[in-house]
Amino acid sequence: MMTKGEIVLGCLAPHPPHLVYADNPPQNEAYSEGGWETLRWGYARLARKLKTIDYDVLVVFTPHWQTYIGTHFLGLPNFKSKSVDPIFPNLFRFNYDLNVDVELAEKMREAADEAGIITKMMTNPDFRVDYGTIVSCHLLNPDWDKPIVTISSNRNTHYYSAEVMNEQAAALGRACQKAIEKSGKRVVLVSSHSLSHRHFTTEAPLPEDMSREHIYNHSNYVWDLKLVQMMRDGKMKEVIDIMPEFTEQTIAETDAGAFTWMMSALGYPDYPAEIYGYQSVIGTGNLVASWDPNDETREYVL
Amino acid sequence: MTEENNEPEILFGIYCPPHPHPLLCPEANEGYGKLRSAYEECRKRIEESEADLILIYSTTWPSIVGHQIQALENPVWTHVDDDFHYLGSMPYDFKIDVDFANGYAQAAEKRGLHSRTVAYEGFPIDTGSVVALQLLNPDNRIPACIVSSNMYANRAETIVLGKAARDALAEQGKKAIVVVVASLSNRMFTEHIDEVDDRIHSQKDDDWNQKILEFFGAGRLEDLSQLSRDIHGQIRVNKVVAYKPAWWMAATMGQHNNYTGEVLAYEALHGSGGAVITLTPTDGSFGDKEFDEDDVEFYHGDRNVLDKGML
Repeated sequence: MMTKGEIVLGCLAPHPPHLVYADNPPQNEAYSEGGWETLRWGYARLARKLKTIDYDVLVVFTPHWQTYIGTHFLGLPNFKSKSVDPIFPNLFRFNYDLNVDVELAEKMREAADEAGIITKMMTNPDFRVDYGTIVSCHLLNPDWDKPIVTISSNRNTHYYSAEVMNEQAAALGRACQKAIEKSGKRVVLVSSHSLSHRHFTTEAPLPEDMSREHIYNHSNYVWDLKLVQMMRDGKMKEVIDIMPEFTEQTIAETDAGAFTWMMSALGYPDYPAEIYGYQSVIGTGNLVASWDPNDETREYVL
Repeated sequence: MTEENNEPEILFGIYCPPHPHPLLCPEANEGYGKLRSAYEECRKRIEESEADLILIYSTTWPSIVGHQIQALENPVWTHVDDDFHYLGSMPYDFKIDVDFANGYAQAAEKRGLHSRTVAYEGFPIDTGSVVALQLLNPDNRIPACIVSSNMYANRAETIVLGKAARDALAEQGKKAIVVVVASLSNRMFTEHIDEVDDRIHSQKDDDWNQKILEFFGAGRLEDLSQLSRDIHGQIRVNKVVAYKPAWWMAATMGQHNNYTGEVLAYEALHGSGGAVITLTPTDGSFGDKEFDEDDVEFYHGDRNVLDKGML
C-alpha cells in the first residue's frame, strides 16, 4: 500500500523581483549592486533548511497568475521561456526552464473539483509562467532541481469580498491537502506574496539604493508586525480569522488567497512559525517565514 | 497640429474591449462575430485615414511605477491570456513609434507625472493591446504607441496623462487615432460557459451599459468622463481604484462633447460588456451641462495628508 503523502513544510515566500535582481543569478539579464539583504539572507537560510528536508515537489500558489474563471493549474511537464516583469522590467528578465509535477497538479485539480471549486488545467505550451512563481521558487531552490506545481489566484476578493476569498481559499487548501495525502508525495507548500502591499509609485534612479527604502506607512508596519507576533505565538487560526480586515486595511497581497490556502492545508498550525526576516520592498511589507510540522526539526530562527 | 489653434489633430477615437474572443474564436458566438466585424470596420476606416499613429491606452496593462510607455521598435512574442489560454495563442509582431513614445514620456514628466518608456525584448504586451492591434492594424501599416494604466492613479493623474498625450501629439505634429481598450461592465461569469450561451452578466450591468452607449452614441464623451465615478461604483469590479478609460480618452480628445458617436457593436464577452465604438470630432455640440469639478493641468502627487495630523 502506498505511503500517505504529507506536507513537510509551508513557506511564506514573497516574490518582489527586486530580490532576484539583487542576487544577480545568471538567469536574470539585469545587473544590480545588491540590496534587500534582510530578506535575501533570510531566504538563503530557509533555502539551506530545505536542502536538509526530504521532499518531492514545491506547490506554489501565486498572485501573479490571476484568473477570474476558477482556479487553474499548470498542466504541462516543462515550461521554458523568458519571464519579463510587466511592472519592473528594468529589474527582472529571467530565463527559466522548469519542470511541473503534472500528476500531482491533476490530482489537486480533481480534488478541488470534487469540492465544488471551478477548475481548469492550463495546457497551452506558449503560456508564460508568472514571475511570482519564478521568484519564490528560485529563492527557495536556486538549483531548480525539484518539480513544481503552480496554482493560480482566483480573484474572489475583487469579485466578491475578502471574506469570500477566505472561505474559497480554505476550501481549496483542504482539497489540496487531501490530494497530497492520496499522492503519497512529500510536498513543500509555497505561499507567494507580501503582507502589506502598498507600493510607492516612483522608483529611485538606482532601485537598490537602500537609503530610499522604507515601509509605505506606519499603519501598514504595525499591522504586519502584529501578524508576525501572532505567527510566533502559533495563532494561525486567529490570523486567518482577521485576514479580511488585515487585507482591507493594508491593501495586503493576502487578497490573492495564497496564505489562507496554505494555512488551511496545514490545518491552521498552533506551533510557532520560523521567522527568517521582514523588510520593505518599494514600500510593501515582506516576511520570509515557514511552518515546520515536525517538532524535532522546527527551529527558532529569529 | 492644426494650423489655427496649435491643437493636436485627432482623427477619431475607438473604444473597444480587451477580451480575446473576437480575435481567437469569432465563430463561437454570433455576438463575437459582430464584434469582429466592428473591429474590421474600424480597421478599414483607419486604413482610409491619414493617421500617423495609433495611440492605445489599455486597461489590461497595469503599472505601479508611474506610467509606462512601450518603446521597443519591433516587439515580437507569442502571448497567451491568463484565463482564456484554452482559446489559443496570440503571436504578435508590432511596429512601435519610438519617437512618439519618448516624446509622450517627456511630456508626462513636464506635467508632473512619473513616466518611463519600456524597451525590452520579451516584455509581456497585454491581452487588450494585442487584441486591439491585431484586429485594428494587422499589417502594421501605422506605427503604434501603448501606454499603461497605473493601478493607483485616480482622476487628476489620469486626466493629466491624457493632456500629456495631446502635448506630445501637438509637439510632433502627428495625426492620431486614439484607442481605449476597456470593457463597459467588466463582471465576467466566474464559471466556464459554452460560448453559445454568453450573455451580459446581469440586467443591471446591461442597463448601465445601454446608458453609457447612449452617451457614446450622442458623442457625449466629456459627460461620460464626469460620470466615471458613478460607473465605477455601479458596474465595475473593484480591481483598481477607479474607472479611468473615459477620463483618459476625454482628456486626450479634448474634454468636450462635440463628436459624432457610432456604436458599431455591443455584445457579451463571458458576461462582461464589450462594445466597439467610434467618436469622430465634429463642429457641433451636444449637452447642456457645465461641471464644477476642478480641471487639472499639472499633477502634484500625494498631498501628504498622513504627515499633517496625528494618527
